[in-house]
Amino acid sequence: MSTTTQSPPAVDERLARTSALTRMMRRPEVGALIGAAVVFVLFTVFDTTGKFASLDGVARWSDSAATIGIVAVAVALLMIGGEFDLSAGVMVGSSGLFLGLLVTKAGMPIWPAIVLTLVFAAAVGALNGWLVTKTRLPSFIVTLATFFSLQGINLGLTKALTGTVRVSGIDQGAGFDSARAVFATDFWDPYKFRVSVIWWIVMTIGATWTLTRARFGNWIFAAGGDANAARNAGVPVARTKIILFMGTAVSAAMVGIMTALRLRSVQAGQGVGQEFTFIIAAVVGGTLLTGGFGSAIGAMIGASIIGMAFIGIAFAGWNTDWSFLFLGLILFMAVMVNMFISRRASGGRR
Amino acid sequence: MTDALRTTPILQLEGVSKSFGSVIALRDISLHVDVGSATCVLGDNGAGKSTVIKTLSGVYPPTSGTYRFEGVPVHLASPRDALAMGIATVYQDLATVPMMSVWRNFFLGQEPTRGVGPLAPIDRKHARDVARDELIRMGIDIRDVDQPVGTLSGGERQAVAIARAVHFGAKVLILDEPTSNLGVKQSGVVLKYVVQAKERGVAVIFITHNPHHSYLVGDHFFLLNRGRLVESWDRDEVDLDELVRAMAGGAELEALAHELESLGGSTERAAREEFGDRQESGS
Repeated sequence: MSTTTQSPPAVDERLARTSALTRMMRRPEVGALIGAAVVFVLFTVFDTTGKFASLDGVARWSDSAATIGIVAVAVALLMIGGEFDLSAGVMVGSSGLFLGLLVTKAGMPIWPAIVLTLVFAAAVGALNGWLVTKTRLPSFIVTLATFFSLQGINLGLTKALTGTVRVSGIDQGAGFDSARAVFATDFWDPYKFRVSVIWWIVMTIGATWTLTRARFGNWIFAAGGDANAARNAGVPVARTKIILFMGTAVSAAMVGIMTALRLRSVQAGQGVGQEFTFIIAAVVGGTLLTGGFGSAIGAMIGASIIGMAFIGIAFAGWNTDWSFLFLGLILFMAVMVNMFISRRASGGRR
Repeated sequence: MTDALRTTPILQLEGVSKSFGSVIALRDISLHVDVGSATCVLGDNGAGKSTVIKTLSGVYPPTSGTYRFEGVPVHLASPRDALAMGIATVYQDLATVPMMSVWRNFFLGQEPTRGVGPLAPIDRKHARDVARDELIRMGIDIRDVDQPVGTLSGGERQAVAIARAVHFGAKVLILDEPTSNLGVKQSGVVLKYVVQAKERGVAVIFITHNPHHSYLVGDHFFLLNRGRLVESWDRDEVDLDELVRAMAGGAELEALAHELESLGGSTERAAREEFGDRQESGS
């Protein structure tokens, strides 16, 4: 065998059949992008307020989408890494309550309380990750246990400390206004976009960069794609997964903090049930349930679809009781489209 | 390279035993591996091949005996220790991540970065170029280093894993049954890369139960049976027939042949009688 060191030809003749279209279809978020366009057109057509497609409408649904999307992006990373986090929804409530109790019961100023809340969330995430990697139990079970434990603590502790099922009066903490300006204000006046939208975009860009450019992104794909092969290649799989669990918990805490600052109070049941919305956003965005494949931009598009659906149903004048049916149908269709696309793109190999 | 280093085996097991509770998986194994040669470890299922691999690659510490690397006794706590010394293991189906691209697999765990820390960006152009060049140097012509490894054939996948290990300075390359799941042509492809690696000065340890494949590339042959080393040959001391016979159990095979013959003989007789009877009654 000759050891040719000359630079290989720029275009290999065997590559001709991979068209630009196939290449694009290999991207995980293509199905979601098509779905988002369809949903957007659908609700623009059925819109009764004449606002859905205007900046007013965008401001409304992007607000709804951002609170889903901030966590969904982290959940997508975790799912690409091959794990689930069912406690991400309840963490929104737990962290909001934690913040509220620190401010109202311990009399702590807002900023230190926010820092402590993020540390608390990171610790819960690390515990999830540590339990999953140590016990080798499915993360579905471990985080389900965390979910129910936190739900119980949320209600029990809130009732014991406040006598009600809510923590209110968060605005009495010192530094509330500056924290609110960072986490819960709005901008661009007549339309009033929420600042959470900016957080959402920043986190999506950060996550995308991590996945596609950084070493850590390589480790995430490898940990979810084939943990044994990754370990054999020297990837610190356990550490990668623990960090991903910390990421979902911290991003859930971000939303918890935003909600607490915005509403000035937190319900004990806040966030419960949202865990599946995050997972749906990630899956609609092309992330595989089995791990190893997906994207943060896909999760962003998935969250947008859900936000558009929630607001669009209201704007269409339909009964919002049916929202979840719509969510279910979107999930099913998205999974079918993704499966179809990935089969076509990979030439029927999977 | 000094003469001493050249004559010292790069890797040696001296009287190594490994037991798991009351099960003795390996008993008093001594073998040596030389630079730029292929050492074949042969054995049937349950002979102790995988325990040997796992001992060599740092997964299991030996219960007793000495593990020497470049003549110095070492204690490997984990596969990472082995990797750090230049002992790389390519496992049959656990070497690459199918959904990741060729170049990402090539650099997995050892990504070239511009900067430090896990968030440092991967130097992607460099990674792609090096992966392509290294694969070509090994004689592997990959259409596109951006395609997922899962779209490659089994032989090509093994080849990527071997090229990766060689590129990252493996002095010892342990191949776990690299040809067992492959067709004839694909096996040939992998065997070619074994020779390539050998020619680049790597000590290859080739674990297999296929004496034909091992004889095509091997310089030394060690035969395991029931956790013991039963034969040890240099290439000029053995021919393929002998290797196949020893592999199949030698004396055991002859006994089996006799048994089958007598069995076959008696069934044949029975059949003939039966058939004959019918013929008689039919005519």
